[in-house]
Amino acid sequence: MSTGNVLLGLLAAGPGHGYDLKRRHDERFPEARPLAYGQVYTSLQRLVRDGLAEVDATESDGGPERTTYRLTERGSLTLRTWLGEPVPPAPVSAANEIFAKVTAIIASGFGDPAAFLRLQRAAHLARMRELTAVKTVAGAPLSAVLSADYALTHLDADLRWMDNAAQRLGALAEEVTSA
Amino acid sequence: MTTPLIEARGLVKRYGTTDALRGASLRLLPGEVLAVTGPSGSGKSTLLHCMAGIVRPDEGEVRYGAERLDQAGENRRSTLRRTDFGVVFQFGQLVGELTALDNVALPLLLAGTSRAAAHKSAGTWLERFGVLGQAGLRPGEMSGGQGQRVALARAMVTAPKAVFADEPTGALDSLAGEQVMTALVHAARESGTSVLLVTHDAQIAAYADREATVRDGVVETEDEPAAEVTR
Repeated sequence: MSTGNVLLGLLAAGPGHGYDLKRRHDERFPEARPLAYGQVYTSLQRLVRDGLAEVDATESDGGPERTTYRLTERGSLTLRTWLGEPVPPAPVSAANEIFAKVTAIIASGFGDPAAFLRLQRAAHLARMRELTAVKTVAGAPLSAVLSADYALTHLDADLRWMDNAAQRLGALAEEVTSA
Repeated sequence: MTTPLIEARGLVKRYGTTDALRGASLRLLPGEVLAVTGPSGSGKSTLLHCMAGIVRPDEGEVRYGAERLDQAGENRRSTLRRTDFGVVFQFGQLVGELTALDNVALPLLLAGTSRAAAHKSAGTWLERFGVLGQAGLRPGEMSGGQGQRVALARAMVTAPKAVFADEPTGALDSLAGEQVMTALVHAARESGTSVLLVTHDAQIAAYADREATVRDGVVETEDEPAAEVTR
């Protein structure tokens, strides 16, 4: 997800200057990493260069000058296209450090893969407890609840995979050591 | 170390030729929510049944304070389940002919509380679980999530020391399950009730303070209790 697309989405709600846009984003997605202001600024320049956004006004209210940006027709079309496309399903298998460690533990003989999976489960559940506390606090905004749910369901998927792996460690060990 | 509310040691339970438990040990501490997880058939429900005094183990001890639940007779164990313990299953097992209010009042009426006092208390608990609006409905007229919240209100109405919940959200969709778990955990924390929560679902286990995993009839891992369980 590029910062440019995120900014197009934020600008669709109405013109704003860089700091406005950062604030809109950070308020809407409190669990996400805050947008870095420098990144917002350079991305806005790029959107203007590509004709996706344009200067709406330059105000100074007696203070420093602030440039407000708005979406162009083309920017609006680009946003529409981006929002209409599915997000590519993440290639999680390539980046599965848990699987890599299990395999390396078997191959090296450094430790016990079953004990490692138990340790990993405890770490996952500890994180899931924190996220559950975040989402069940009275008056938690729906944005926080849904962010926490997203993380919880992914951690839960890891745990299911780990349960499967734990039951097949013997066969995996044969495969790894015979290779 | 905190003295456990209920402690199981070396439980063995056989059903026919199947060993449901093969030496399971577990401590339920005062005021904690403990999740017992494991694959189906691992023995986690049997462990709950033994610790709640629903069944007696073939071997091993279940200590509740100075009492040995594994040696207590059916009368004593059944009294405890009305006074000191609350029990909730996957399907709430409410009495179908009674309204939600009467279902929740039932344990108090059985214990000799007056009808007016029992109904007043039942109403308070229905309200705490967000189902006071369903007070006049029978179980068949409620959603699954509402029914489970009524079942929890019934489990909590006697101010038990411990609630035993066996897959309480197992038949619910995830949003209804979330409401049931939030209500249960908040109510338990407010009243200092211990909860033994059996589940195969890690997202439900994450509502608990710690986890014990059961495999092949033994407790394979048990998280250390937090230095101080915060309320």
